[in-house]
Amino acid sequence: MPTDGVNKKRRRFLVAATSAVGAVGAGFAAVPFIKSWKPSARAQAVGAPVQVALHGLKPGQIMKVQWRGQTIGVLRRTQETIDLLPEVDVDLRDPQSLESDQPPFAQNEARALKDEFLVVNMHCTHLGCVPQLLPQVGPQPFEENWKGGFFCPCHKSKFDMAGRVYKGVPAPANLKIPPYSFLDDQTLVIGVSPEGAV
Amino acid sequence: MNTRASAIFFGLIALFSASIAIAAGGGTAIQHANLNIRDTAASQRGAKLFVNYCLSCHDASYMRYNRLAEDLGLGEELVMENLMFADAKIGDTMEVAMRPQDAEIWLGKVPPNLSLAARSRGADWLYTYFLTFYQDETGGWNNLALPNASMPHVFWQLQGIQKPVYSTHEGRQVIDHLELAQPGLLTPAEYEETVRDLVTFLDYLGEPAKVKRKNVGIWVMLFLSLFALVAYALKAEYWRDVH
Amino acid sequence: MAKPASNIAKSSNALMNWVDQRLPVTAFWNATMTGYYAPKNFNFWYYMGSLALMVLVIQIFSGIFLTMHYKPSATEAFASVEYIMRDVEWGWLIRYLHSTGASFFFILVYLHMFRSFLYGSHRAPRELVWIFGMLIYLALMAEAFMGYVLPWGQMSYWGAQVIINLFGAIPSIGEPLTEWIRGDYFISDATLNRFFALHVIALPLAILGLVLMHLVALRENGSNNPDGIEIKANKDENGIPRDGIPFHPYYTIKDIFGVAMFLLVFAFVIFFWPEAGGLFLEHDNFVPANPLVTPEHIKPVWYFTPYYAILKAVPDKLMGVILMFAAVGILFFLPWLDRSPVKSIRYKGLWYKIMLALFAIAFVRLGMLGMSEGTPAQTVEMRVWTFVYFGFFVLLYFLSPGASTKPLPERVTH
Repeated sequence: MPTDGVNKKRRRFLVAATSAVGAVGAGFAAVPFIKSWKPSARAQAVGAPVQVALHGLKPGQIMKVQWRGQTIGVLRRTQETIDLLPEVDVDLRDPQSLESDQPPFAQNEARALKDEFLVVNMHCTHLGCVPQLLPQVGPQPFEENWKGGFFCPCHKSKFDMAGRVYKGVPAPANLKIPPYSFLDDQTLVIGVSPEGAV
Repeated sequence: MNTRASAIFFGLIALFSASIAIAAGGGTAIQHANLNIRDTAASQRGAKLFVNYCLSCHDASYMRYNRLAEDLGLGEELVMENLMFADAKIGDTMEVAMRPQDAEIWLGKVPPNLSLAARSRGADWLYTYFLTFYQDETGGWNNLALPNASMPHVFWQLQGIQKPVYSTHEGRQVIDHLELAQPGLLTPAEYEETVRDLVTFLDYLGEPAKVKRKNVGIWVMLFLSLFALVAYALKAEYWRDVH
Repeated sequence: MAKPASNIAKSSNALMNWVDQRLPVTAFWNATMTGYYAPKNFNFWYYMGSLALMVLVIQIFSGIFLTMHYKPSATEAFASVEYIMRDVEWGWLIRYLHSTGASFFFILVYLHMFRSFLYGSHRAPRELVWIFGMLIYLALMAEAFMGYVLPWGQMSYWGAQVIINLFGAIPSIGEPLTEWIRGDYFISDATLNRFFALHVIALPLAILGLVLMHLVALRENGSNNPDGIEIKANKDENGIPRDGIPFHPYYTIKDIFGVAMFLLVFAFVIFFWPEAGGLFLEHDNFVPANPLVTPEHIKPVWYFTPYYAILKAVPDKLMGVILMFAAVGILFFLPWLDRSPVKSIRYKGLWYKIMLALFAIAFVRLGMLGMSEGTPAQTVEMRVWTFVYFGFFVLLYFLSPGASTKPLPERVTH
């Protein structure tokens, strides 16, 4: 079998060309398999935004709904509660919510679109237990000067009435705020930010 | 390989391919639907027909409304306003209004899920089915493609009422053809178009990814042709050593 | 002459040495690729083996991804397949890859086996290559049968019903055997679940092991070729067969072209004709399994229909089952049935060409008849072709030793 007179340059080119086309093909072929791991239409439907009717919610009351496997609390705060929020800032780890997870519209003192309603992910940022709501101002076994807020029974983390975490507790961050918006004055949509962006 | 073997080989392929026969079932000549699956307008009209005429008894529970909205270019708002029941969500599947236990009592059997009707029966059969409802001697509805179907002719107001015309064949009375005894709101040509729209939609319902499949396929074939070309050049170059 | 090695080349050489001292990678490569000499006259029929291996890989890969979404329970299976087709992104493509791959696997395997009939690749000393191949074929048939039950459509259910009931024909142990196979008194969730386990892991492992043995046995004696002469009989002064060429780069590169051509056909079916007119995906299987309603026409998928026709041709149930299994079983004996002094059809007389053509026509025609309703006329024809099918093997045994042959060439031809 003659091997002299072999055009090495041409062979190298053709091997490179075939390999290149093959690699591109393999890349294209990989796409459907990788994309098939994305949440399916069913997962997206189950994880779809949840509408909440607000008319039955009295001031000081909390309503809990499920959204994407998470318990979301909708708390109707009184004006007194809202006015008291700045007073605890000094005891909080992150009063400006600089390091916690919330949509841009909730990066404020009340951590909400409308101060009256706190829409908060009720899973403690420590290890995921659901804290209790203790809205009454007054002494508590775990805190002399309790101004109202959330208390997690698992490892004793404390959050204020805007879901902001106190210093000196295991939880590292404020409770998360999910994307949400108001369809109208009486209807909340959890899962959709204002202007339709998720 | 030698030509005699090739001839036999390809002849066998042709023989085998010719045996592809789709069992028609039922007893009538199947008419061709001649669908254009890329006719989105037809699918949209078909969707409306389906929701209004079919969804009260049949479900299409493998299909989601939001996919309809996207694939048929309708948009979610239009679908929610025109095609959905009040309390359904856009990501929901197309469920039936009637409960199965009620259907069993009222209709005698549960109407089948229509999501895959076009794949198990075929578009041509469905087209023929909707065209061959007639009123038989008992005064009830019957159908040439599916004799003694439990389903009434939901489109009778559009098509009108057909009655059978008999002829004698080997000593027995058989149905020769159907004729329109009482006209409906649509002319026969208009009704055929309506049925075609519905069947276009049913075909889409059976395989929503069909159009995308074909579109992707064109690119895949082009790419593979390029690959085959380059691979052949590589093979030819190296095999010069051997020849 | 050689350029001084670059730093990258030196490092990769050093790396290779490190690996080779611990795992014989380079030695293996030399033994199986660059130092393995294959006949230089391979033709069209010699693409099928490597293509079948590629389809095996495709089936495993697409199968794994299907298993991520499929639910192997009688209540959820059918819906989970539609979930894959509609709700999972690109799920429809993964499903069609797997269903089309299954049918193409058999197309390739049948062509691959036919090559053996043409050129005598199963003859001594390659009998074990053939035997392992036959075992792969049996495992593949079981794998395909179980795979087809998984979508739990009408044909899945009733096809399983018919095939499992065949075992009931065996005297005395038949009934308890079918109950044992089903895991229940009727085809049910228990049957589906165990078929799922066998289809997803047990049989694929068996097939992989058998393919490995098939390739090791092949490498031991090297490939046959269209002329049926042994290239090792004619070696040059270096001990290299004169008609041999190193597998790499010549056949690796040629097989890449084969892959490209195959993918063109494969992709065409997947994207433009996945049901193949009801042959690859039967229409009845788009209806959920219903134990109360028997489909008008139960038939297995196309690749089983030749044997199904043989079963239907025999009026007695037990004899039909025996003859059907015999039709596959007789293939195991092929290496010893052909006693001709020459291996390849090219050097056998006209008698073999006619017989093989009839055999091929019989197989195809039986396949077509296996799909049919079985009218009296069709049943007669099934019997005729069954006779031809078995007749081939019988006549081969008796005619092959004495038949005249053409003189064999010294060197391979094209």
